[in-house]
Amino acid sequence: MATTELAHAHQFDDAEQQFDAATLGMWVFLLTEIMFFGGLFCGYAVYRSQYLPSFEAGSRLLDIRFGVTNTAVLLASSLTMALAVRAAQTRRRNALMTFVLLTMLLGIAFLGIKFFFEWIPDWKDGVVPGLHWVPAAEVVERVTGRAGAVLPNVELFFVFYFFMTGMHALHMVVGLGIMTYLLLKGRTGAFTSGHFTPVETSGLYWHFVDIVWIFLFPLLYLIGGRY
Amino acid sequence: MSEEPVPVRTYLTIFACLLALTALTTGVAFIDLGPLNTVAALTIAVVKMLLVILFFMNLRHSPRLTKVVVVAGFFWLLLLIGLTLSDPLTRHWTPGPSPWITTTPQSQP
Repeated sequence: MATTELAHAHQFDDAEQQFDAATLGMWVFLLTEIMFFGGLFCGYAVYRSQYLPSFEAGSRLLDIRFGVTNTAVLLASSLTMALAVRAAQTRRRNALMTFVLLTMLLGIAFLGIKFFFEWIPDWKDGVVPGLHWVPAAEVVERVTGRAGAVLPNVELFFVFYFFMTGMHALHMVVGLGIMTYLLLKGRTGAFTSGHFTPVETSGLYWHFVDIVWIFLFPLLYLIGGRY
Repeated sequence: MSEEPVPVRTYLTIFACLLALTALTTGVAFIDLGPLNTVAALTIAVVKMLLVILFFMNLRHSPRLTKVVVVAGFFWLLLLIGLTLSDPLTRHWTPGPSPWITTTPQSQP
């Protein structure tokens, strides 16, 4: 096997053990991230159980089309990331560059849709708690069917919405930074000569961010009683 | 690491499954199932997560130690959410005592 000829740090038996230790370390980091987002999900569940009608009304204010589109975009970026890892593993530098670049473009597309088609209209509608909260008459009418009706406690839903999608977007920005590093360093062939651990661990991180969205999408967009 | 690279076809199949599940969960959201809507949405999300973890993150070919660590992490998450929710979901919220003096004066007919 080609991997046995790879150099490894002296505390490891071989390169494979070093690789396994690196991925295990990345997983341990991701578990701390799971607990971090888990706290947000837990808070969401508690408040949702106490203010169910308000959370459902808030959920229906979101445009489901952009939620579905962004889910597809992010899943596609996970696919290209998995293919990037595979390209590094099979030592194909150009394929690695292409797939990392594709992943970045899809990530940027996700953030663009989120920002320009959701957050900016949200700001105009005045559904940003604390900063710009004036539920516009037409927004309220869209949800309740009655002009000017009051939506009690819908702010709560939007606090969770902006914190959860905001933290998720922040993680994506970090991921884009990591991939810029992969592009710059990988250009010289550093990851396509057998040692592809940085690509593998970056891939784990990107897939984790995808998993967070896999849960955010139904919790925020779908379970608001849209029937 | 010593594994043979996963065939591209596997990744494409998983991606197609993920897209199909996204379409399914979106469709189900427009059907009134009562409380089952939430159950369905979360079940589909868990299936999607398992597909990503097992195939994209390649946990199925990871060492046993990594698998144990991941399962332990999710068990801990279950404790966090489960034990926290055991309070608000089972408590009987008794209405607070009504104030002695009501703010709106009662008019006698």
